[in-house]
Amino acid sequence: MQALQGLAILLTLQSAGEALSRLLQLPYPGPVIGMVLLLGALRWQAVQVRVQTVASFLLDHLSLLFVPVGVGVITQFGLVAEHGLRLLVVIVVSTWIGLAVTALVLRRLMKTTSP
Amino acid sequence: MTDFVQLWVYLASTPLFGLNATLVVYLLALAFYTRMRQAPWANPVLWSLVVLGAGLHATGTAYPTYFAGAQFIHFLLGPAVVALAWPLWQRRAELRARWGRFTLAAVAGGAAAAGSAVGLAWALGLPSEVMLSLAPKSVTAPVAMGIADKLGGSPSLAAVFAVVTGLVGALSAKPLFALLGIGKDATGWMARGFALGTAAHGIGAARALQVHPDAGAWAALALGLQVVTAALLIPLAARWF
Repeated sequence: MQALQGLAILLTLQSAGEALSRLLQLPYPGPVIGMVLLLGALRWQAVQVRVQTVASFLLDHLSLLFVPVGVGVITQFGLVAEHGLRLLVVIVVSTWIGLAVTALVLRRLMKTTSP
Repeated sequence: MTDFVQLWVYLASTPLFGLNATLVVYLLALAFYTRMRQAPWANPVLWSLVVLGAGLHATGTAYPTYFAGAQFIHFLLGPAVVALAWPLWQRRAELRARWGRFTLAAVAGGAAAAGSAVGLAWALGLPSEVMLSLAPKSVTAPVAMGIADKLGGSPSLAAVFAVVTGLVGALSAKPLFALLGIGKDATGWMARGFALGTAAHGIGAARALQVHPDAGAWAALALGLQVVTAALLIPLAARWF
């Protein structure tokens, strides 16, 4: 019951996010606005207990949710192959740079100022 | 034999097929991944894609036919993005105390990933539609598609790049972090998880969650932060160029 109510809360906030994005012509996708709205709504315990179960379930199985898009990627592989090796190099190298910069910056920041 | 073919044609034309195949193949891939002791190369998303892609190719099933069923799983990405507020809320005390540092790391990492992708694409002479679609590639696929669309890139290319980015991160993070000397203490797990959530979004975060619960929590937090900062900053940054 609480999981169902939690799902209803997530969908309602996502819809509210979509509506706000369109009405105010914001540059943010609806689910992102929904996430910010939920962050505000979580101060109420009634929302916390209902969202907890369904949020943990969705995030625990997050990688499953990428499979349908991913299969599309495989069937669209021509798009990537068209630009060939260059594109693959760009994606791999920039991902490594992103991972390295984030990890090193965060470690540096945590070491310099924490006791 | 023709009966079987007719049955197959019937089953393949209902949404049930795509939904069922996605769920079963993913669960099998997950069991394989567990048996391989969560080796990076055994990544469950990667093998699900390979098996499902090969299956569609072998049976001559069109992607839209498959997606008619798989869309029910795909749809949950929206509520999952909203649900990212939960890990942010759970870590709110740490976030409040050190929000400046986390935001700085998220923005620095996100900018490095997006900037190096666009810069490399430009240096290698890739067309501008491809460049614009590369910018949001470190953000989770549904958000990346939205951003690329608003920038004038191609949403489908952006989704392709985001998925490949997530897989590259999940597959290669372990040796990369070892090379950089990121340890396996509390700060190390924080840096590893946070970096995966920032640079390799949901697929990277899922990998972090499987490796270590702390790394997973930091990855989910980074994913939430990245969605907000990227959605905020990429369209602004693109306006200057």
